[in-house]
Amino acid sequence: METLIAGAIDVALALAVVGLAWGALASADLFKAIVLFVAFGLVMALVWVRLNAPDVALAEAAIGAGVTGALLLAAYAKLRAASPDANVARAGGMRGIGSISIRILILLLAAALGCAVWTLPSDYAGLGKEVAANIDRSGVSNPVTAVLLNFRGYDTLLEVMVLLLALMGTWSVGATAPQRETAPGPVLDSLSRLLAPLLILVAAYLLWVGAHAPGGAFQAGAVLAAAGVMLLLSGWRLPAALAALPLRLALAAGPATFLLLAVITVLLEGRLLQLPPLWAGRLILIIETTATISIGATLIALFLGAPPGKEDRQ
Amino acid sequence: MSAAFFYALAGAGLFSIGLHALLAHRHLLRKILAINVMGSGVFLVLAAMATRNGIAIPDPVPHAMIITGIVVAVAATALALVLMLKLTAETGQAVLPGRKKEDNP
Repeated sequence: METLIAGAIDVALALAVVGLAWGALASADLFKAIVLFVAFGLVMALVWVRLNAPDVALAEAAIGAGVTGALLLAAYAKLRAASPDANVARAGGMRGIGSISIRILILLLAAALGCAVWTLPSDYAGLGKEVAANIDRSGVSNPVTAVLLNFRGYDTLLEVMVLLLALMGTWSVGATAPQRETAPGPVLDSLSRLLAPLLILVAAYLLWVGAHAPGGAFQAGAVLAAAGVMLLLSGWRLPAALAALPLRLALAAGPATFLLLAVITVLLEGRLLQLPPLWAGRLILIIETTATISIGATLIALFLGAPPGKEDRQ
Repeated sequence: MSAAFFYALAGAGLFSIGLHALLAHRHLLRKILAINVMGSGVFLVLAAMATRNGIAIPDPVPHAMIITGIVVAVAATALALVLMLKLTAETGQAVLPGRKKEDNP
């Protein structure tokens, strides 16, 4: 009976993600498409839970659905301001023979992909055993954090660099349509006062708990960014004194610490990000703390678009 | 049929739906949504395949790669959205230039 219920949940979730993705991509209304996409991200988070990936579920809910949704909605509002008929753009673009041949090709590709996935052998060993065997030397007991910050730390080093690069790209493109200023209603105003400290606390908890349970720097950084985005939406602005150097220090703290550690480990241990087991736990906490601050600040800055202080000067 | 393979098929389906939307739609915001759906499809295949041998504790390496992928996807999305807004400010439309006027919906 239990397996039947579990199977039914799996079928319902898989159909829901495919259906929501289809709805988001086929909807004629752009706003509806974005809302469906956020819903898609939230159902994906449930799928990650079903697949025994709670770390991914947290990241998806906070980053995939939360921050991406905020970015999409902010871009949509600016798009409406820039060209009011932007929303009229219909779902379909290509017509006639081109559309049909593309559909046939995609169907063939989907069948080939499905076939390739279906015929994979199920006796797959993976790297779970290696991770479990070396987890004591990693400094943390959550295997996903051990992989992210220790065993494959170079992935994460590159990842924080990509975030910084995206922000540098965004800033160098220059300011686009200005954000419309709207006074927050009393509900948003009081809610953000209540939620902002709570979100910062949740971020700190996620950061700390990531060492031995689902959580970590990326989830914590995204929750921090959520607090910042909510404060920005309710009219808060970064004080001018903090907009220049302190903001840049916050943005660079994570990547700089990570890079410094990479250089030190290459010099001392001979290998990139080979953390000495005795110090690994503390080093990971230092990297994750600075990375959380930088990820949060970078995501907030990406939401703003232009460097603070410059977005008003259009 | 195990749930892992079922989810992996859904992932392949998401990738295909996203690829179709990426090619068929003209509006850049839709193309950005489509790329995100394609990415989610890839992540779903990765995570499903990490659990396919049926043991209780799945392989953490694909999970770490998916978290990395989600963060890279949001960074790329943010940059793509800014480029789209800049293009809209320059041309008045959120579609790629180089097409005939009557094609515009």
